[in-house]
Amino acid sequence: MEYTSHSDDTRHHMLKAIGVERFEDLLEAIPQEIRLTRPMDVPQGLAEADVESLLESLAAQNSVAPTVTSFLGGDVYDHHIPAAVDHVGGRSEFFTAYTPYQAEVAQGTLQATYEFQSMIRRLTAMDVAQASLYDGGSAIAEAALMALGQTKRNQVIIAGTLNPRHRGVLETYLTAQGVDIKTIVADNGTADLEELKTSVSDDTACVIMPSPNYFGVIDNWSDGATIAHEHGALFVAMFKPVSLGVLQPPGECDVDIAVGEGQCLGNTPSFGGPLLGLMASRRDYVRRLPGRLVGRSVDADGQPAFVMTLQTREQHIRREKATSNICTAQALLATRAAIYLSLLGKQGFTGLAETCQRRAHYCAEQISELKGFSVPFGPAFFNEFVVDSPLPARQLLERLQKRGILGGIELGERFPGFDNRILVCVTERHSRETIDRFVKELNAAAGETGQSGEPSEEYAHDRVS
Amino acid sequence: MAAANKGTTIFDATTPGAKGVMAPDPGVPEPQDNWRLPDAYRRSVPADLPEVAEPEVVRHYVRLSTRNHHIDKDTYPLGSCTMKYNPKINERTAAMAGFSRLHPETPDDHCQGALRLMWELGRDLAVITGMDEVRLQPSAGAQGEMVGLLIALAYHRSRGEDRRKVIIPDSSHGTNPASVTLAGFDPVAVKSNEKGLVDPSELAAVLDDNVACIMLTNPNTLGLFEQDILKITEMVHAKGGIVYNDGANTNALLGIARAGDMGFDVLHLNLHKTFSTPHGGGGPGAAAVGVTKELIPFLPGSGIEREENNGDMRFSRKSPGSQSIGSVHPFAGNFGVLVRAYTYIRLLGAEGLRQVAEDAVLNANYLMSRIKDVYDIPYGHRCMHEFVASAVRQKKQGVRAGQIAKRLLDFGVHPPTVYFPLIVPEALMIEPTETESMARVDAYAEALLQIAREIESDPDMVNTAPHNAPIRKVDEARAARDLDVG
Ligand SMILES: Cc1ncc(COP(=O)(O)O)c(C=O)c1O
Repeated sequence: MEYTSHSDDTRHHMLKAIGVERFEDLLEAIPQEIRLTRPMDVPQGLAEADVESLLESLAAQNSVAPTVTSFLGGDVYDHHIPAAVDHVGGRSEFFTAYTPYQAEVAQGTLQATYEFQSMIRRLTAMDVAQASLYDGGSAIAEAALMALGQTKRNQVIIAGTLNPRHRGVLETYLTAQGVDIKTIVADNGTADLEELKTSVSDDTACVIMPSPNYFGVIDNWSDGATIAHEHGALFVAMFKPVSLGVLQPPGECDVDIAVGEGQCLGNTPSFGGPLLGLMASRRDYVRRLPGRLVGRSVDADGQPAFVMTLQTREQHIRREKATSNICTAQALLATRAAIYLSLLGKQGFTGLAETCQRRAHYCAEQISELKGFSVPFGPAFFNEFVVDSPLPARQLLERLQKRGILGGIELGERFPGFDNRILVCVTERHSRETIDRFVKELNAAAGETGQSGEPSEEYAHDRVS
Repeated sequence: MAAANKGTTIFDATTPGAKGVMAPDPGVPEPQDNWRLPDAYRRSVPADLPEVAEPEVVRHYVRLSTRNHHIDKDTYPLGSCTMKYNPKINERTAAMAGFSRLHPETPDDHCQGALRLMWELGRDLAVITGMDEVRLQPSAGAQGEMVGLLIALAYHRSRGEDRRKVIIPDSSHGTNPASVTLAGFDPVAVKSNEKGLVDPSELAAVLDDNVACIMLTNPNTLGLFEQDILKITEMVHAKGGIVYNDGANTNALLGIARAGDMGFDVLHLNLHKTFSTPHGGGGPGAAAVGVTKELIPFLPGSGIEREENNGDMRFSRKSPGSQSIGSVHPFAGNFGVLVRAYTYIRLLGAEGLRQVAEDAVLNANYLMSRIKDVYDIPYGHRCMHEFVASAVRQKKQGVRAGQIAKRLLDFGVHPPTVYFPLIVPEALMIEPTETESMARVDAYAEALLQIAREIESDPDMVNTAPHNAPIRKVDEARAARDLDVG
């Protein structure tokens, strides 16, 4: 398949108009010795129908609902997406435009982004929100960089309850800067505030604390913020957007910068990307924000108009002095999030959060009653919780896979002492029947006899059908 | 109806009590007290989201959408951005449930199709660029740059060297110097010569043992191929430096020449540009990072390994080794964009990809030849996939490049990138791309020529443009002064 519209005759005509004989004459600047003289070794092009079949066969080798029932979460969630999000968010007008450099022909993207910023501000109860960052991990890193710049200090303290995948991104961003990263232990599912107290000092630029944290547990931002502020450090809260339908927002907890992973707002899991980094802050820090920011203004006729603003923060103006290097961000995901939040609205969003937390608590309660299982960190969670199992997590999960269930995330690899623990996520997609079946299968998987220890090769390769 | 007014936001359309799309009721028994969400954590008032029923939400955002220019409507030759038409089959494949609903924590045995796709894409991109290994983790070009620089840092540190400087030409994209700062290096600018190229003698003047890396865009932001590239890479290597390729302009080179053969050690590709993901109003994107053998240990994130097992292929994610720079993305990368890139490469194949580059170069040269008598072309007699014109003549007549851009809006097309690269005064940076027909390119040339004539006869009219766009010119200063960001 090709998507260029020229015929050979047209090409010939154009070359003549340019004043050359052959296409190669246009390449005079490329040294002969590096010009390719043979076709590249990639497969020949296919017809659209064949490509579709090829991709269908690859897609079929991945286990997704409804073929499997999944309780996987960890900051990527498979919430229901209203049909209207795909329909409107998929319009060419939004999909095939670029960064709104020319405001007069980009009011659609600009206004949708402005409304998105407003919704994130309202959800978080912070003062201002920016237009989007790559993902929750880089959003944390950008928040840390803001705090380092603001305080001119060189240490960042993170709660050990942070998603280890986010922490990995943060570490990569900060290594180059030679920043000292200190971690507060998290043995009982929450950040240890006593340890935090003794760790924060006048060298600390910021304290980063998620809630609900990676284990699903709701942490205490207000106390964390007080400790940070006593030493002039900033407090960065990592939030889970859907939880804010029922939980206290960061803006009510004396938070300076709030960051989140917004994929859950009307965007698909897509094997972990693209994601949607969210950031909101106090008004004082608006000039330190990374990335795009859309403001409201008027046009020459005095009509309301929207436009990118405070661009002197950005790389295309400020170059090496920019607040961040980000250029292309996640505009389409933000537009979809705005449509999603508008469609659910005030009541729908609260209702969604309520259903998620109620079903999750029901599920946790049922599991806690199973012989040998426990839910060690109690009921102060939103829609994810840790389950302690009577057998090694890997073994439990593999047994569940044979029963068509992706039962949760194995925690032992990243958290020492958590070998028997999994992280379970429940959303509005899980009906009571689904949850009851999961609980039954957990029980059955634990009671299964015989195959203790490492599963056989054959067993591990067994596919769910 | 409030929402029908221009500029009115979705919040103004709220009818208190109106319901949107409701989630299912909990439908589970109330848990016992000790398993209930404690009240102390609850929000006191719900977030003040809109209260608008679905039909009006749909109309609101459809109305907004009609106020956008986009590539599916007409020409969008924004230089450096590769605004080409993207095949619709890309959207269908990326939306297949087996990809779009796949969770990143799915065990390897349950995501073999996704892992195979990534493995094959990495291999194909390595072939296309001539690099030894390609990794797909960065979220966009700028992050790919940071990765390249962190690889250079890790490489030098592994040899016990602490090199501080990174050389960037003064024509480079803004993300280049910003990434240099982020990676903790000191940027050193090298001036372009009168041909718009990096001059080996200028380079020699700034090149020393403290140089960690040079970042080159090739073709550069003037749309010119760096003629002395072999000499340049040799010079930097002789001083022990790494040569980095900002491969955002690879659309010009597909099947024509490869970065690996030019001596580059590390590069990033903007997959959303060259390999065809619609730009979404500013993302999502994805970048691939390619390296030579020596630098493989430093690559970010998990690579995908292929093992043969009784004739069956099995793919698995390998954790990064001890020398890796770490990860820059929570998971394997922007997979949805990778599906589109893979689909695109399978559709076009080797020959189709080369045709992309040929027609991109042809269109740019053709458009340049059509306007070159009226607008100055300060650098280059021929160009690659884009070229930079200068409106200095028009400025003397009272109209700046930015206003020429605004006037172009009245013709129903998108303007070029303006005032970039910084080394060209009154720059109009034009990248038609391969998907524009000759008729479209001709129409664009006619519009530019007509505007030049208007500037001679009626500069005021051009200076008050746009006259025909969805709105009149926006007051940018006011947006910054009376800051209202929602
Ligand atoms: C030459 C060049 N380098 C780097 C970038 C940055 O890429 P991205 O916007 O994907 O971060 C761009 C595009 O914006 C570019 O044109």
